[in-house]
Amino acid sequence: MNDHAWILLGLFMAMLLLLARPLGIYISRVMTMGNHETWVSGVEKAVFRACGIQLDEEMGWLQYARAVLLFNALGLLAVYSLQRLQLWLPLNPQAMANVSPDSAFNTAVSFVTNTNWQGYGGESTMGYLVQMLGLTVQNFVSAATGIVVAIALIRGFARHSAAGIGNAWADLFRATVWILLPLSLLFALFLSSQGVIQNFAAYQEVSTLDVTTYQAPKLDADGQALMDAQGNPVTEAASTTTQTLAMGPVASQEAIKMLGTNGGGFFNANSAHPFENPTPLVNFLQMLSIFLIPGALCVAFGCIVGDERQGWTVFAAMALLFVSFAIGAITFEQQGNPLLAKVGDSEATSVRTTALTDGNLEGKEARFGIADSALFATITTAASCGAVNSMHDSFTPLGGAVPLVMMQLGEVVFGGVGSGLYGMLIFAVLAVFIAGLMIGRTPEYLGKKIEAHEMKMTSIAILATPLLVLVGTAVAVMTEAGRAGIANPGAHGFSEILYALSSAANNNGSAFAGLSANTPFYNVLLAVVMWFGRFAVIVPVLAMAGSLAAKKRISVTAGTLPTHGPLFVTLLIGVVLLVGLLNYVPALALGPLVEHLVLWPTR
Amino acid sequence: MKALLRPAISLFVLLSVVTGLLYPMLVTGVARIAFPDAAAGSLITRDGKPIGSALIGQNFSDPKYFWGRPSATAPQPYNAAASSGSNQGPLNPALADAVKARVAALHAADPGNRRPVPIDLVTASASGLDPHISPAAADYQVERVARAWHLEEKTVRQLLAENTEGRDLGVFGEARVHVLKLNVALDAHAR
Repeated sequence: MNDHAWILLGLFMAMLLLLARPLGIYISRVMTMGNHETWVSGVEKAVFRACGIQLDEEMGWLQYARAVLLFNALGLLAVYSLQRLQLWLPLNPQAMANVSPDSAFNTAVSFVTNTNWQGYGGESTMGYLVQMLGLTVQNFVSAATGIVVAIALIRGFARHSAAGIGNAWADLFRATVWILLPLSLLFALFLSSQGVIQNFAAYQEVSTLDVTTYQAPKLDADGQALMDAQGNPVTEAASTTTQTLAMGPVASQEAIKMLGTNGGGFFNANSAHPFENPTPLVNFLQMLSIFLIPGALCVAFGCIVGDERQGWTVFAAMALLFVSFAIGAITFEQQGNPLLAKVGDSEATSVRTTALTDGNLEGKEARFGIADSALFATITTAASCGAVNSMHDSFTPLGGAVPLVMMQLGEVVFGGVGSGLYGMLIFAVLAVFIAGLMIGRTPEYLGKKIEAHEMKMTSIAILATPLLVLVGTAVAVMTEAGRAGIANPGAHGFSEILYALSSAANNNGSAFAGLSANTPFYNVLLAVVMWFGRFAVIVPVLAMAGSLAAKKRISVTAGTLPTHGPLFVTLLIGVVLLVGLLNYVPALALGPLVEHLVLWPTR
Repeated sequence: MKALLRPAISLFVLLSVVTGLLYPMLVTGVARIAFPDAAAGSLITRDGKPIGSALIGQNFSDPKYFWGRPSATAPQPYNAAASSGSNQGPLNPALADAVKARVAALHAADPGNRRPVPIDLVTASASGLDPHISPAAADYQVERVARAWHLEEKTVRQLLAENTEGRDLGVFGEARVHVLKLNVALDAHAR
């Protein structure tokens, strides 16, 4: 960590603290507002009447869960259909072909579940209509889904002896229109002022200064690459003096991509692409926008349960975990790659590079450098965003292990919009349960007794993702189709698969992108993992919300374990790390740890 | 379930239209009026012809130009219609081989220069379209470029300084040199 890195991290946390409270209070007001006579309620009344929504109809948890699932299933259908039909639809100036069924299925599940794993390259696959009406829409409503589930769980704690946990339709509308939309609009306009493109033009051809010579794959009459006897593509020398610049409505999608912790890039290189993330200043605000709503939701949680300290306790646990991991990632990347420090075979002819002083710059952009890239990587995986401004696959072994572990902790270190908070509250329930066992009292959280039903739901929610990751990784490693996708030899190849499954099950979406995942095997495997990684957590969380809301509130006594303050922060962090590490240490030992020991053999 | 269907479909259609059509079109409309240049890709023109974008790097292999970051896009480097990194892991022998070949190419273009090679000049960028190199990577190339144009080093360093920027607001990112703009300036100077 050099001075620049410390200042950057400090500024980031300061800005986050500054913005979390006002936005958190705003969110809590929007999500708990009644039916007052304002222009807002006027708009809502008209919309709800047209849609057949009864605002005062309270839903039980099962009804709420059905509504959320149905709404998301419609999204799945829409995104799949748009991709399969895009060639015949408007706003496709590059005449992008219809996407294959398995890839379209994978992408549809991916965007509906807020994962935004991308098996495809954006600028070479998707027309503008799919990007907007398919993907941008899901960027909004999948984030809204996370928010409403978190709010429903908070209501479970805040209410007592209640039958319902809210109205899913009203919640989805409010989260999308009054929270995500105005923030995105502001951010999109800022982005486009800084150079992020926003247009519907066909790709722009320019004539370059210098001639580019390269090896082009030889194509047969059908446009398929010719292969030689060994199965390698046949190439021929080619040269060009033009460059084709991909275009599109990027700024509008970029804004919600970050704010909704979605992370699906308009372009293949995601936030490393200069048209998505042109300057270090934009990069800083993109990082901030990832944590903005997850941070604010902690405050909203405190506001709604009537004790702001509860929210700040959760915030503090997240912040401490995040800062420690960020310091790790930056430090490891600044160490650089010792194998590139000296090039050449003999002492006389070998040449030194600055690999050990300048850090690991393979797969990083010059304008961001080490610190702004490694910090971004930690943020995007601590939150379930998955946007990348550097290629995680090329990180040093331990630098790359940080994003991997951040995801494996269950995306609770700020986490996804909404999903981070409900994930962390599940861990808080587990923490009071463990503490209750230690001090021999019935565990309670926020005035609610934690009983067998809650612990069953907590167990399902916590165990679902590790099960998906580890079983999925085992399946991929043991099958020919799974191993075929590996790009890098050795332990790193295993890490690529482990990363893909960790990313999918925890709905992150970033990748060790060398893995060739746009195959029927990976498209289907990862789609299934993403779907259950999302909804096998959401359904038990809602079930718990329902049972908590129905409980009576018990009063605070001298024997109540306080769930705010440093002691509970420590307990919460301990539980998160214990569960996360116990599940994943063996797998991590086979990947990043082995690789680290091979890279630095003399240490 | 049937009672849920009507609100689900109506709300989905409504939110799709608002966030998937109205919102991007509104942003496009405002951006076109307020930031027309940026919205269209920050194009650089010379003699009325677009010769690149101020944000997107280009491939340079002629010794008279400053070279940028190696690019892993396919099939040609700096393919701005298919951005990509190399995704090579730190232990991948292909990475070491690629770095070796890039160092060799730099030496072939400037055999007398045996200084340590700035690592950003021989490692691929994340997007494959990185428009920048570090000031050290530009400094490494000054003598070669000056010789090729028969210019004094001082002149080249002057142009280099004009196309170097520091950290954003003094704190964000890294200092960097814009390779395309610098080479355009060299061309203009020689004319």
